[in-house]
Amino acid sequence: MIPAIGLVVGIVAGLLLQPSVPVWAQPYLPIAVVAALDAVFGGVRALLDGIFDDKVFVVSFLSNVIVAAFIVYLGDQLGVGSQLSTGVVVVLGIRIFSNVAAIRRHLFHA
Amino acid sequence: MPESSDAPDEPTGTDGAPASRRLARFSKAQLLVALLVAALGFAIVVQLRQTEQQGLASLRQSDLVRILDDVGDRRDRLAAEASDLESQRRQLSDVRTGDQAALDAARSRASTLGILAGTVAAKGPGVEVYITDPQASVRAATLLDLVQELRDAGAEAIQIGSARVIASTSFTDVDGGIAVDNVMLRAPYTVRAVGDGQTMATALEIPGGVIASMPAGAHATVATHDEVEVTALHALPDPQYARPAVTPSPAPPAS
Repeated sequence: MIPAIGLVVGIVAGLLLQPSVPVWAQPYLPIAVVAALDAVFGGVRALLDGIFDDKVFVVSFLSNVIVAAFIVYLGDQLGVGSQLSTGVVVVLGIRIFSNVAAIRRHLFHA
Repeated sequence: MPESSDAPDEPTGTDGAPASRRLARFSKAQLLVALLVAALGFAIVVQLRQTEQQGLASLRQSDLVRILDDVGDRRDRLAAEASDLESQRRQLSDVRTGDQAALDAARSRASTLGILAGTVAAKGPGVEVYITDPQASVRAATLLDLVQELRDAGAEAIQIGSARVIASTSFTDVDGGIAVDNVMLRAPYTVRAVGDGQTMATALEIPGGVIASMPAGAHATVATHDEVEVTALHALPDPQYARPAVTPSPAPPAS
């Protein structure tokens, strides 16, 4: 419940503050968002599995974000930033899909 | 996608803590999770807004090159269109000034022709000849001589009584007077002529001239005026048969 409230609070804050993304963060924020989404869906799935753990979620969330951003950064340094970003997004997308599939089975038994 | 419960870093609790205990330690970890999720929501909104705002910054080089090409093409098209419109505008304005000049020339010409044809009133320096003829001895030939003398002296517009004198004007003797273009005139006659007054007066008053050779009983006086008005108009009938020839410049219709 509290995380849901947190999500709402974050969205409202983003809508109200309307900050602009710093230039240095612009390449990494989209990937970080996708990675965080992956962590959140994984957390929801774990919650439904009854094996949710706060610490694991926090570590997973942060490591997902950091690793994703780092991969993009590395790709930018190597000159393959866009390709590596695509790869990261594909991998995270697959994971999100699998997590959503598990959540769906839990919720709808289908 | 098959269910993959063994995803590498899936946030699964491995300690198998019971639900009651998880609910019990509500405070810090839950808040941390909420904070992270809030950060996620915040980041999502920010990123969405950023994606809306940023136009070109996030595009790849090939896309940028394509857009640059498009913009260049568009600029070329617009430049061509602008130059077209510019030349069109210049053309139109040239035509308009040309039209204006032609219109002015035509107006000036029309007024000149109108004075010659007697269709417009005229005024200017000139002379006024007053002829008293109590015995009705002035004949049409006398008036014709007078008019010819005025024309020779440079008269530009002549009026006798209420009749405008033009090139085709006829003078006819009738009982008790003279018909000028079918306008019946009786003595005394007033002839007004616009032109060089001194020249005309001299020409009329020259010894042996028109004034001197007036028939007996008639007397003429010539007065020079700075402004003489020739107000009588000659009604110009539309030509029934004649049409302008191929030359577009209007020829004087009645002269």
